[in-house]
Amino acid sequence: MHKIVQREVLSKDVVKLVISAERISKSRKAGQFVIVKLGEKGERIPLTIADSDSEKGTITLVIQRVGLTSHKFFNTKEGDEVTDIVGPLGLPTHVKKLGTIIAAGGGVGIAPLYPIAKAFKEAGNKLIVILAARNKDLIILEKEMREFADEVLIYTDDGSAGTKGLVTSGVEHVIKRENVDEVVTIGPAVMMKFVALLTKKYNIHTLASLNTIMVDGTGMCGACRVTVGGSTKFVCVDGPEFNAHEVDFDEMLQRLGAYVEQEKIAYENVLKGSDGGAE
Amino acid sequence: MSVNYKELKKDRSAEWRQGLRNLLGAKERVKGVRVKMSENAPEKRNTNFFEVNNGISAEEAALEAKRCLDCPTPTCISGCPVNINIPGFIKEIEKGDMKNAAIVLKSTNALPAICGRVCPQETQCEIKCIYNKFGQPPVAIGNLERFTADAERLSGKISIPEVGEPNNIKVAIVGSGPAGLTTAGELAKYGYDVTIFEALHEYGGVLVYGIPEFRLPKEIMRVEIENLKKMGVKFENNFIVGRTASFDDLKEEGFKAFFIGSGAGLPKFMNIPGENLINIFSSNEYLTRVNLMKAFKFPEYDTPIIKGNSVAVIGGGNTAMDSVRTAKRLGADRAMIIYRRSEAEMPARDEEIHHAKEEGIEFLNLNNPIEYIGDEKGKVKQIKVQKMELGEPDESGRRRPRPIEGSEYLMDVDVVVVGIGTAPNPLIQQVLPELEMTAWGTIVVNDGMQSVSRPDIFAGGDIVRGGATVILAMGDGKIAAESMHDYLQNL
Ligand SMILES: Cc1cc2nc3c(=O)[nH]c(=O)nc-3n(C[C@H](O)[C@H](O)[C@H](O)COP(=O)(O)OP(=O)(O)OC[C@H]3O[C@@H](n4cnc5c(N)ncnc54)[C@H](O)[C@@H]3O)c2cc1C
Ligand code: SF4
Ligand code: FES
Repeated sequence: MHKIVQREVLSKDVVKLVISAERISKSRKAGQFVIVKLGEKGERIPLTIADSDSEKGTITLVIQRVGLTSHKFFNTKEGDEVTDIVGPLGLPTHVKKLGTIIAAGGGVGIAPLYPIAKAFKEAGNKLIVILAARNKDLIILEKEMREFADEVLIYTDDGSAGTKGLVTSGVEHVIKRENVDEVVTIGPAVMMKFVALLTKKYNIHTLASLNTIMVDGTGMCGACRVTVGGSTKFVCVDGPEFNAHEVDFDEMLQRLGAYVEQEKIAYENVLKGSDGGAE
Repeated sequence: MSVNYKELKKDRSAEWRQGLRNLLGAKERVKGVRVKMSENAPEKRNTNFFEVNNGISAEEAALEAKRCLDCPTPTCISGCPVNINIPGFIKEIEKGDMKNAAIVLKSTNALPAICGRVCPQETQCEIKCIYNKFGQPPVAIGNLERFTADAERLSGKISIPEVGEPNNIKVAIVGSGPAGLTTAGELAKYGYDVTIFEALHEYGGVLVYGIPEFRLPKEIMRVEIENLKKMGVKFENNFIVGRTASFDDLKEEGFKAFFIGSGAGLPKFMNIPGENLINIFSSNEYLTRVNLMKAFKFPEYDTPIIKGNSVAVIGGGNTAMDSVRTAKRLGADRAMIIYRRSEAEMPARDEEIHHAKEEGIEFLNLNNPIEYIGDEKGKVKQIKVQKMELGEPDESGRRRPRPIEGSEYLMDVDVVVVGIGTAPNPLIQQVLPELEMTAWGTIVVNDGMQSVSRPDIFAGGDIVRGGATVILAMGDGKIAAESMHDYLQNL
């Protein structure tokens, strides 16, 4: 069991949880994730480790409520226990000094982008962060990113914050303005697909961190498989980051929809309150 | 392992056993009819997850035990990978001493309730039973093993093996499958301070995530774990050795030796077109969702599962049988096995194949998928299947299947489960590059199950053998524990 030591609502649908997980706080590296399970009957879902504090023995997870389990996480209170946390999983980001880096995050992808952006900055790169979302409420971690980024650009679909437009406009704006050595992008699969198409045009190496469906997170089930460069990869062990230009995003998008009907049933149940909150 | 016939002779010459043999001659004994275990009716059981086999009654066990001739050279034992003293425990049953029967059994097999259910007795001990020579069905050794273990468990008075004086030497076990559990139990008997690290949230390895409830109720596993805890074995779940902490971290924390029983959990796919379509699962995923995550109780449990109407399972092993019978239980109209060889070559236990047929599973043997076709949403809707024929025997001695040109046809399906086998998870290799591995990713060990490249690392079960069996994993665990003891005492 892992105690939630701090809970902070970042926006209408996004919550930040600081959870005690001694071992993981020490062994985790940027880009890695954990699998969590809430309650005896809970499902196992992957969440990126946004931050950690090895002295306090805690890890930070940032969760946007989009479905059943994220909703339950949103409804936790400080002092609640998370039944199961396993990790750190996946390969750490290969962070090195390359020059100028764009870190482009959209919506839910902003939280997992945070530790990677920070690591690239710490490695001595010039870091330009682009945050994009549907509206102002969904832009999170802006303040935290500004603490280390050389520049932070905000884009919203409705123009309620920053520039009105998509993340790709931001990326293209920077690429046209200056020399960019690498792009890291995390967000909804569609968004990453379009970022990849764009940077391919400019021939800029691009990493995407994929958020596929997972069960075990240890390479045992293949639920997370995607096609990269023509061969099948398991995101949980071979990734989560891949060369974005080689990822078959269309296949990934389809696979993400595998359980939409079931997810709807479960989510409606939880909204009706028949099984709400943490157990 | 070689059979210690001298020891067996001594046991056999005990007065009470001679007495039993004199009481009833062989001629009378062979008149007995092999017990038939009662099973739930196929058309009922294929709609639920309750155990199929009901076990045998005490009377039936006593009658079956009488059939055993207590042979002077019990050939059955040579077929058992851990050399259980088979007539030894069976004669205890005949005598009516169930407690001793369990003791004899458990002196060589730590998990008899499990082996009694999942061992392929028909190719191990029972095939070697003398009755086969008379053209009669062998003694139902597996059923008697299960009966003995169940009787002990249900009595509520399970004997916990004695543990040695604590020697405060810490050893780490990686993985809680049958290999890890057996090693842990044996080491606890010597007095070691044993911790089992398990990646998943539950203990038992394949026995909890793979083998379904209708074949091996989870309650049995739970009791075994409890017993190990009573013996002082410590358990840490959600702990991936190599990730959560490294082998070096654990060394620093005082662990003096490691047993790796991490299994062969990596699912194989066929790499044919369309295999990543939606609703095509590995057996591991399908079974894990249902068994470990209880998706058959969705939405009471949060993990979903796709219930197909027409489900094709690829493969002919236990994994494939478990998957196809699970599909039927989830409500499939058609649940089919597609296997590229014929039934004679199927690696699954006979009983599973037999049960599957009774439950209405269709067998498309000598058929092989070559492509999957999806609908506009990316869901699988058809398989292109090719018919096969058997050619010359291959290295495994089984006749090699070869495609019949022009025999391809399309079949409608809505769920496909790929159960063609598993390989070792590459994590151990990644984190311990100094460990000598085979091309198949299995760890190279000596006769004592000690890694040939790092003396403090021992290994057994599927990580050494590739996909094998529960009993072989346990046998390895037992040998490993002995040589770990040797190693640690001479450190
Ligand atoms: C569906 C199915 C049905 C089967 N049916 C039968 C049958 O009827 N009869 C039979 O004899 N055999 C059967 N088998 C085979 C049998 O289950 C295996 O041979 C046996 O379980 C192997 O035991 P093991 O201890 O080596 O590994 P496993 O049972 O695979 O256990 C390994 C454990 O180690 C854990 N682990 C892996 N890596 C790490 C790590 N780095 N840190 C911590 N933990 C880790 C895994 O999570 C797992 O729990 C079946 C297999 C399957 C998949
Ligand atoms: S070979 Fe058959 S009859 Fe002989 S001891 Fe073994 S089980 Fe009994
Ligand atoms: S989540 Fe199971 S293999 Fe990746």
